[in-house]
Amino acid sequence: MNSTPFSTPEDSSSQGLINRLKRQPSSPRTLFNSVMTIIVFVCAAIAIVPLVAVLWYVLEKGGSRLSLDLFTQLPPPPNTVGGGFGNAFIGTLMTVGIGSAIAIPCGILAAIFLSEFAAGTRLASWIGFLTNVLSGVPSIVVGVFAYSLVVLTTGSFSAIAGGFALAVLMLPIIVRTATESLALVPQEARQAAVGLGATRFQTVARVVLPAALPPILTGVMLAVARASGETAPLIFTALFNNFWPKGVSEPIATLSVLVFNFATTPYKNQQELAAAGSLILVLMVTIASIGSRLIVKRK
Amino acid sequence: MVSSSRPQIQPILSSKDANIYYGNFLAVRDVTIDIPKNSITAFIGPSGCGKSTVLRCFNRLNDLIKTFKMRGSMNYHGQDLYSPEIDPVAVRRQIGMVFQKPNPFPKSIYDNIAFGPRLVKYKGNMDELVERSLRGSALWDEVKDKLKESGLALSGGQQQRLCIARAIAMQPDVILMDEPCSALDPISTLKIEDLFQELKEKYTIVIVTHNMQQASRASDYTAFFNVEQTDRGRTGHIVEYDRTEVIFQNPQQQATQSYVSGRFG
Ligand SMILES: Nc1ncnc2c1ncn2[C@@H]1O[C@H](COP(=O)(O)OP(=O)(O)OP(=O)(O)O)[C@@H](O)[C@H]1O
Ligand SMILES: [Mg+2]
Repeated sequence: MNSTPFSTPEDSSSQGLINRLKRQPSSPRTLFNSVMTIIVFVCAAIAIVPLVAVLWYVLEKGGSRLSLDLFTQLPPPPNTVGGGFGNAFIGTLMTVGIGSAIAIPCGILAAIFLSEFAAGTRLASWIGFLTNVLSGVPSIVVGVFAYSLVVLTTGSFSAIAGGFALAVLMLPIIVRTATESLALVPQEARQAAVGLGATRFQTVARVVLPAALPPILTGVMLAVARASGETAPLIFTALFNNFWPKGVSEPIATLSVLVFNFATTPYKNQQELAAAGSLILVLMVTIASIGSRLIVKRK
Repeated sequence: MVSSSRPQIQPILSSKDANIYYGNFLAVRDVTIDIPKNSITAFIGPSGCGKSTVLRCFNRLNDLIKTFKMRGSMNYHGQDLYSPEIDPVAVRRQIGMVFQKPNPFPKSIYDNIAFGPRLVKYKGNMDELVERSLRGSALWDEVKDKLKESGLALSGGQQQRLCIARAIAMQPDVILMDEPCSALDPISTLKIEDLFQELKEKYTIVIVTHNMQQASRASDYTAFFNVEQTDRGRTGHIVEYDRTEVIFQNPQQQATQSYVSGRFG
């Protein structure tokens, strides 16, 4: 009888097992792994190229025009120098602001209804389906819709009409991301609240919504970013205006429409302003996303 | 099927001939049980026999499940809990619940405890209530210097005591606990069991446990559940309910004897 039940390392069978653990650089598995790693890196690089190229383009063309004048001056007539797009900057803030004021509360409330109150019902799946359809509707169609609904009935192009069109475009993004965010909140959190005697409303307002807020805000930012760059629906609704906005019920300039108008003119001054406008749009979206991240982190 | 030495005291919770369904599936049948005030009652039995289902009926937590249906009666101080004039939210404020998995809110320790009292717009001194509740769950000394830190930053055992403190803070009458120690190490488990003995001075406790020693050590009464195949699915029922020492030392049913001594089948 052996005194120890264990075999010693010199044992030939265990040596075979140890050899299997060693690295084999030329084995098919290792080679496949290396090749795939390289491919993944190349794809990631390719995905970043357009981003960098776009940033480079707007910086190069419009960077030289960055100054306070952009925000304090009105668009210049052709064949002049200088000028800015203060009115369009304010107009973008106004139309996107109106759009957000409609779409953010409606979207989040709709998402709460879908995921907390009507989850699993026919109605919820129909609304979810229609939201998906709405997110696939081309923005120009939304523009025509807002034109006939708001512009024709009020008799005027306006910031309100523009904001309404943007709200229609933002709504499905917010509804979808917020519904997904709410669904990610663990069921245990809801049970804990209900078990403590929270009503449905208290459960949503005090537990579920705060827990889902970071991803909801990300979705909201996505929608705001999308809306600030939209051009087609604004051409039908907000139109354009060479002067400072006087209210929400008359045609109003926006950055995206200004970029569209000026980039295609033969005048260098206007082309530069278009590039500067694009740069400001990109910066606005970036600052807004960073800002919302910081707010979420602080909480 | 219940032996003669069943509790004589005035019951705080009682159920008579309750059949509990999920859709058409009869999950538990013929639940008749009287739970005495200021005692600890343990529910034991194999997985799927309906312990959690019955427990959750007592504070109407099953109302959240759409397919849930209950026939028969469940009473609290003699009042039918399922009568239409009863508000389930109010029931849950009187009859608290601690879940199997510790589930603190992603909020500070303080806010976790204050959550329930704030729901009912508690008028008293909140700091005092938080301290009292944390002392009540034997957690105060460990967290008194970090009340502002997240409840999720505590260990599993501490989180479970936080959940107990959160339930105590509502000043309930009854606390239901569904396998409260199943995710805890033996030392945290013992701490919580010691806690039960203190808590039963003020509250009535019902716990579900898979730990036989816990049931025999910590409870005054024990209900043994079993599950059998019927034409409406695998239906659970109460085999025997009695004082804990009777269930563990002198059970009247063969099935109970086999289960508590670890022989199945
Ligand atoms: N929400 C539900 N919908 C449908 N059936 C359910 C639901 N919850 C539980 N059941 C079923 O009811 C029966 C009893 O389940 P229950 O969770 O009460 O068992 P348990 O005794 O607590 O088991 P365990 O010890 O594993 O926790 C099981 O057959 C289970 O599949
Ligand atoms: Mg259970």
